Amino acid sequence: MTATTQDHAHHAEEPTGFKRWLVTTNHKDIGSMYLLFSLAMFLVGGAMALVIRAELFQPGLQVVDPYFFNQMTTMHALVMIFGAVMPAFTGLANWMIPLMVGAPDMALPRMNNWSFWLLPFGFAILLSTLFMPGGGPAGGWTMYPPLMLQTGTAFPFVIFAIHVLGISSIMGSINVIATILNMRAPGMTLMKMPLFVWTWLITAYLMIAVMPVLAGAITMLLTDQYFGTSFFSAAGGGDPVLYQHIFWFFGHPEVYILILPAFGIISTIIPAFARKPLFGYSSMVYATASIAFLSFIVWAHHMFTVGMPLAGQLFFMYATMLIAVPTGVKVFNWVATMWRGAMTFETPMLFALAFVFLFTIGGFSGLMLAIAPADFQYHDTYFVVAHFHYVLVTGAVFAILAAAYYWMPKWTGHMYNERLGQWHFWLSTIFVNVLFFPQHFLGLAGMPRRIPDYSVQFADWNMVSSIGGFGFGFAQLIFVWLLYKCIRGGQKAEARAWEGAEGLEWEVPSPAPHHTFDTPPVIR
Amino acid sequence: MTNMIARRRFGHLGLLAGLMLLATPALADFSLINMTRGVTESSQEIYDLHMTIFTITVVIGLGVFGAMFYSIFRHRKSRGVKPAKFHHSTAVEIVWTVLPLVILVGMAVPATRVLIDLDDTSESEMAVKITGYQWFWGYEYMGEDVQFLSRLATDSDVARQLDSGINPASVPNYLQNVDRRLVLPVDTRIKFQITAADVIHSWWMPDLGWKKDAIPGFVNETWTVIEEPGVYRGRCAELCGRDHGFMPIVVEAVERDEYEAWLAEQQAGGEPGTTADGTDAAEAGEELAAR
Repeated sequence: MTATTQDHAHHAEEPTGFKRWLVTTNHKDIGSMYLLFSLAMFLVGGAMALVIRAELFQPGLQVVDPYFFNQMTTMHALVMIFGAVMPAFTGLANWMIPLMVGAPDMALPRMNNWSFWLLPFGFAILLSTLFMPGGGPAGGWTMYPPLMLQTGTAFPFVIFAIHVLGISSIMGSINVIATILNMRAPGMTLMKMPLFVWTWLITAYLMIAVMPVLAGAITMLLTDQYFGTSFFSAAGGGDPVLYQHIFWFFGHPEVYILILPAFGIISTIIPAFARKPLFGYSSMVYATASIAFLSFIVWAHHMFTVGMPLAGQLFFMYATMLIAVPTGVKVFNWVATMWRGAMTFETPMLFALAFVFLFTIGGFSGLMLAIAPADFQYHDTYFVVAHFHYVLVTGAVFAILAAAYYWMPKWTGHMYNERLGQWHFWLSTIFVNVLFFPQHFLGLAGMPRRIPDYSVQFADWNMVSSIGGFGFGFAQLIFVWLLYKCIRGGQKAEARAWEGAEGLEWEVPSPAPHHTFDTPPVIR
Repeated sequence: MTNMIARRRFGHLGLLAGLMLLATPALADFSLINMTRGVTESSQEIYDLHMTIFTITVVIGLGVFGAMFYSIFRHRKSRGVKPAKFHHSTAVEIVWTVLPLVILVGMAVPATRVLIDLDDTSESEMAVKITGYQWFWGYEYMGEDVQFLSRLATDSDVARQLDSGINPASVPNYLQNVDRRLVLPVDTRIKFQITAADVIHSWWMPDLGWKKDAIPGFVNETWTVIEEPGVYRGRCAELCGRDHGFMPIVVEAVERDEYEAWLAEQQAGGEPGTTADGTDAAEAGEELAAR
């Protein structure tokens, strides 16, 4: 008891103002910072996407130089992946995992602070490269050599920035694993954990496994450039394709890092608004684990055109097709959860339903891409661009938005403006399809990705796509306004903000007090 | 030609409306929304594979989305329904694990066949070496002492400069025309040896059904048999730097005797890239068609 009293005395001394955020070790503060940082990066990356779509609005070059265009495609991807989607999931993990498992905080609070504060510095370095002589990186986010080695002054800065972001991700993952494995409330066995916690546990292992691989690949680029090694140069006995193998050994698990927590979010929200338990909880866990395992043995499906031996092409084709099975199980489970439920359609549910529908479309095009001979046509075209934006925007980003709407009452203590939320949802969903659906057509008709200008037969669908892009981009400002309003005030949220919401996070008041579960809750 | 452009211009409004109707194909030219069948047996097989898998995914999609939307309309709280309590069914879960597996095997069989066929570069009748450069292509007819570079056509190159003020639609074959075409015979098994001089490129000719990466220091091999004479246009498909979007590929497939004549002329040092009478036959034909 004495200890608790001292604890409270200590808490009262916490600094205020800027210093509170700089030195905080509180998982809720750090979670909020992650989420706001991610929103800022989402807008920065989105602005870059709008530069791309403005240039592609019609044939001919009207807006930017081709080299700057390449910098935009490269930076858009890096900012969205490492700045928007990954930190958003880490922010959600920080806020929700301790609340969901009944822990007072993350297991390693000081490291938690450090892993967040690395991000603004990493991105300051990365974004500053745009202003360096020779411009920012323009070789695509995949950074394939030898092209990447043609980068100007920016080259070592880009690599250093990615190292910093990688260290941040690894520390975030260690924290998540340590928290989940050690700090669950008594009685919460692994198979009683909410699915968001499960998917994050698996994601964290994926990150620890592959972020060092990326670090290795880009360090080899660095030594090839400055220290006379020839890992990726045939002239010195190396092989440029080796880089691609190493990169995609990171890169494929990475795309599951970007989607597995989304699966967890959707598996939380659909039961809440269907007022019915999740269908097939254990098969969801096993499917997540299977996807994570398969993600390690499919990397070369990104490389079907590099000239692999036939046996390699066959292996990677079959392994990739297999991913459809556990992913299918998840989609079927979500639909079965809705089946004979009593659904209502508040904004989080709308985003979750759109996720199931649109992510599945992205899954279908993914299955098509897995078929190696057909991929000889699809590869490096807008068909691929359409595919991964369906899984990452209407997949990962929609899930993050669904999560933000779902837990916003818990974070702010206020209900958001439902009317604005509905506007945001409908405009986003309509425009995102105007934006990305025609890109399937463009790719199939023969338009390569990463080009600033195109022949005139592609003009119509590019114009449609650009209109969708601007519509989708501006629709996100509704969310920024809604969030601002919700933080400032609004209808008071109850502890259990949603009628059908289940889980420990709804047992604490809204907004969640600064410290929760100082004594572990009792798990029924 | 001008007529076509006018129609395309006019099409903008129509296309927007069309998108709202889920892109009703009747409004659009199929070649603008789907993969080409191409002009080789392999490209036809790849097209068939693409359509088969597409159809399968559409059927599965109709089933899954049908169930989902049925549920969304029927099982809503506002209709006063009481939620059911069930949360798993081992039998159902086994069915929807095994059934997709069976469908996947069904897809893998034809895909494997096509892949094995494409991988076999033996028994070729001639070979062409393709080299990617920043930012043009080099072609070498192996053993024939004929080689040349192929660059973006000048009119496109002028029009594509930032703020050139030239309407791309007024340039014939904007960004898909070159100064010297790769002339190839039809009905001949041609082996391609593909490499690059600086960074990685990718030689993509949709009408042949494939692309293959051009990698500095390594040679990738593949093959084709073109079945129809004609002019086919493709592009570099792998990001290769500033002018990646400006290194098109043009293949002119001609009858064998015409090819032999062209080759002999090249060896004799004739005007490169043109036919016997000094004019470019295919381009002349296009001009005629436009009139």
